Amino acid sequence: MIFAEQLTKSYRTKTEEVKALLSVDLNIPKGEMFGVIGPDGAGKTSLFRILTTLLLADSGTAVINGLDVVKDYAKIRQQIGYMPGRFSLYQDLTVEENLQFFATIFNTTIEENYSLIKDIYEQIAPFKDRRAGQLSGGMKQKLALSCALIHRPEVLFLDEPTTGVDAVSRKEFWQMLQKLKSDGLTILVSTPYMDEAEQCDRIALIQEGKILMNNTPENVKASFSDPLFAIRSNKMYQLLHDLRDDHLVQAAHIFGEDIHISSEVINQQVIIDALQAKGHTQIQLKQINPSIEDVFIKLLMHTESHEQHS
Amino acid sequence: MKQFRAFIKKEWFHIFRDRKTVFILFGMPVMQILIFGFALTNEVKNANVAVLDYSKDAKSTELVQQMDASRYFDVYSSLNRSADIDRVLKAGKVKMVMVIPPDFTQSIEAKHKVTIQLIADASDPNLATTLVNYASSIVNDFQKQYFTEKIPLVVTPEVRMLYNPQLKGAFNFVPGVMAMVLMLVSTMMTSIAIVREKELGTMEILLASPLKPLLIIISKTIPYLFLSLINISTILLLSVFVLDLPINGSLFLLVSLSMLFAITCLSLGILISSSTNSQQVAMLISLMGLFLPTIMLSGFMFPIENMPLPMQFISNLVPAKWYFYIVKDVMIKGLGIASIWKEVLVLFGMTMFFLVVSIKKFKLRLS
Amino acid sequence: MNNIANNQREVVISATNLTKQFGDFIATNAISFEVYKGEIFGFLGANGAGKTTAMKMLCGLSTPSRGSATVAGFDVSTESEKIKKNIGYMSQKFSLYEDLTVTENIRFYAGIYGLSIPVIKEKTAALLQQLNMESQKNVLVKALPLGWKQKLAFSIAIIHDPAVVFLDEPTGGVDPITRREFWEMIYSAANRGTTAFVTTHYMDEAEYCNRISIMVDGKIEALGTPSDLKKEFNSATMDDVFLKLARNAKRIGD
Repeated sequence: MIFAEQLTKSYRTKTEEVKALLSVDLNIPKGEMFGVIGPDGAGKTSLFRILTTLLLADSGTAVINGLDVVKDYAKIRQQIGYMPGRFSLYQDLTVEENLQFFATIFNTTIEENYSLIKDIYEQIAPFKDRRAGQLSGGMKQKLALSCALIHRPEVLFLDEPTTGVDAVSRKEFWQMLQKLKSDGLTILVSTPYMDEAEQCDRIALIQEGKILMNNTPENVKASFSDPLFAIRSNKMYQLLHDLRDDHLVQAAHIFGEDIHISSEVINQQVIIDALQAKGHTQIQLKQINPSIEDVFIKLLMHTESHEQHS
Repeated sequence: MKQFRAFIKKEWFHIFRDRKTVFILFGMPVMQILIFGFALTNEVKNANVAVLDYSKDAKSTELVQQMDASRYFDVYSSLNRSADIDRVLKAGKVKMVMVIPPDFTQSIEAKHKVTIQLIADASDPNLATTLVNYASSIVNDFQKQYFTEKIPLVVTPEVRMLYNPQLKGAFNFVPGVMAMVLMLVSTMMTSIAIVREKELGTMEILLASPLKPLLIIISKTIPYLFLSLINISTILLLSVFVLDLPINGSLFLLVSLSMLFAITCLSLGILISSSTNSQQVAMLISLMGLFLPTIMLSGFMFPIENMPLPMQFISNLVPAKWYFYIVKDVMIKGLGIASIWKEVLVLFGMTMFFLVVSIKKFKLRLS
Repeated sequence: MNNIANNQREVVISATNLTKQFGDFIATNAISFEVYKGEIFGFLGANGAGKTTAMKMLCGLSTPSRGSATVAGFDVSTESEKIKKNIGYMSQKFSLYEDLTVTENIRFYAGIYGLSIPVIKEKTAALLQQLNMESQKNVLVKALPLGWKQKLAFSIAIIHDPAVVFLDEPTGGVDPITRREFWEMIYSAANRGTTAFVTTHYMDEAEYCNRISIMVDGKIEALGTPSDLKKEFNSATMDDVFLKLARNAKRIGD
């Protein structure tokens, strides 16, 4: 459904050339929910704009539903739904006026495709006469999603749909996406939040324009081969430095309330003894399953040290 | 067509839901006309005038007394020789000189035509017109005392404006305001309206939709073209009924050429919007790049003949200059297309150029 | 991060029945809590729960309708000017001037907090060294990568050694490594005695705080360490804790 090969895009600023995308390949089958996971400035938005025909790549090709993004842009524009990163509705129009407007410019009516958006729109319908600018973050997202769906697109592109939205609305939003996926829609979604990656069938971890890994969330996590432990003590800030300074482990990173440590081999008793000698008490050490964020950190450390060598 | 209608409807919502926009669109033209209008018709009180009375008979003395008695004038001095006229005006002591021909009483009684000369210092054209208007009405009142039946004027004031014979300025501001308002509405408001969609991110959705980019431009500009028409009408109505400035030429010609200029401005607006992504920059470019030249170089504020040659040359590139000439010629001088075809052609050429360039520059994609 | 018993510690922020009412609408409804010196305190809530209003009162930008609060020992109602001198503020969206260089930004902010010129010089040098940005000191801020900007912004927010630094979604959207480096900076500042008051939407960010409060409909519904809250609400993640609390919210956002 979405196919991209060797997509490269760079921008020129006054002083330097910024690489937004570097040889990006994608192959997303119909009906899949695919997540592009990466921090701000990783190239997610450039990728989305190229795939939605809004930007020309410097090189490489991309095909959506069998149509070339450069040659067949007009046809593609009829088949896709797109929700850009920023809130992109008319703030001074009411909820209903916005939906009506987008239905009309896509040559359809609200009634014709109401079944598709019914579940989502019903949640905001009580506010249909309210101006979009006065909606809460979560409701804005729902309205934007309704507008992006109103013409029954075959592919849905959502660029950071959950940024700036609270946890409750985020959860509801992902539930809606799961429902749309079960209706057969192909969905490409981007997010800077690692915890959302689990929701996708497959994910691509992207940083500085490069895809570091492209696999199912399970396989991504399984790729973390070293044993991973979570550790805490009574002096956390000190703990971090002690772990690093004494080279007790290869990597130590703060992770919420814990510090995650990993090495090819970890001898728990050696670590605990060493820390106790340094005056740490209440040491808790337990083996954990890696999260996607752990994998991302490892991949980034790897590329960084790699770059330093080259 | 349905898309087009929906789009235009949306534009109206944008315009009428923003009070600032509504004010700029409808308040500004009225305010500008009124400000300029009333700045020009300042009430004049007890202006010093001089009289050169060649008759010095009963009726001429009476006329002079009536002048002096009115609240508008003080007869400051009586002159004896025509050579004095220039001297007193130049000295700045008086603003107007009234010259009464010989045999004034005799001529009036014989119902001969009498011509009174009013010579005004038109270096301040507004004041000069006002003074002449008041003096003329005093002369009118004067003769009504003698002829109760309706008769054509026997005593006619003959007006000579010194130093600024064409009275530039007095009639200049209505064409000037028209050019300014069209610039404001069509260029600034249009460019801001388009750039706002970019700023909001809605342009991204519009471009990713099946809407043709040309349709986006057209539907974005049509409401402003329509508003320009309303503004032109408002200005014309105000100038005719409030400022007593008649439309001497063809109304149809005037309005059609105004619409041509509105299209010039719209295409400039699109051009500006395609080269910037922020409303502030769009506004700055409109104001500094277009609004200022319109005021400075169109001949509206400063006569182009008095400018240094390079400036005169640059003024030719300002579309408003051509429009300004057209309006002046059609509206004030009452000339027809035959005498302004050159200006119209230049404006038309400019419009076509900007329109083609701006549509070409309006992108199918972002950046 | 610090497991010392709370009652031994110096209170830096103290709110007692702090309330802000706009007409009939009670944005912040009689909230009471204490934050200790060197603590990292997470202040959470859904959109419209009243976080922003509460934070404005604590920064001395808005006067409470009822109740009281002190920040760094100063009363928020009567001594807002003194509070402003003793707090730092950093938001993800605003902080640095993009068109000024790194050094110019540092000097500007140090200057508005009234540091003397020798101190500014010394602090600037120390800060550049600490951030490893000496070679970048004359680079315009807009040319820096996002992560660097954020770290610079935080360092500047605490350049005057404030008692409390308010952080608004400090690490949203940055890559995981930069995020960790950033939290290490916050921990280091906390270790030196600066209290961090963090507001955020993101529960994974909240887990980095020593203690968390969760606001729902203007009231603080939960307060404790992340582990305690997870135990209390019988949830595996902070996200679940938050969902359990916020599901019952009546307000529909801001």
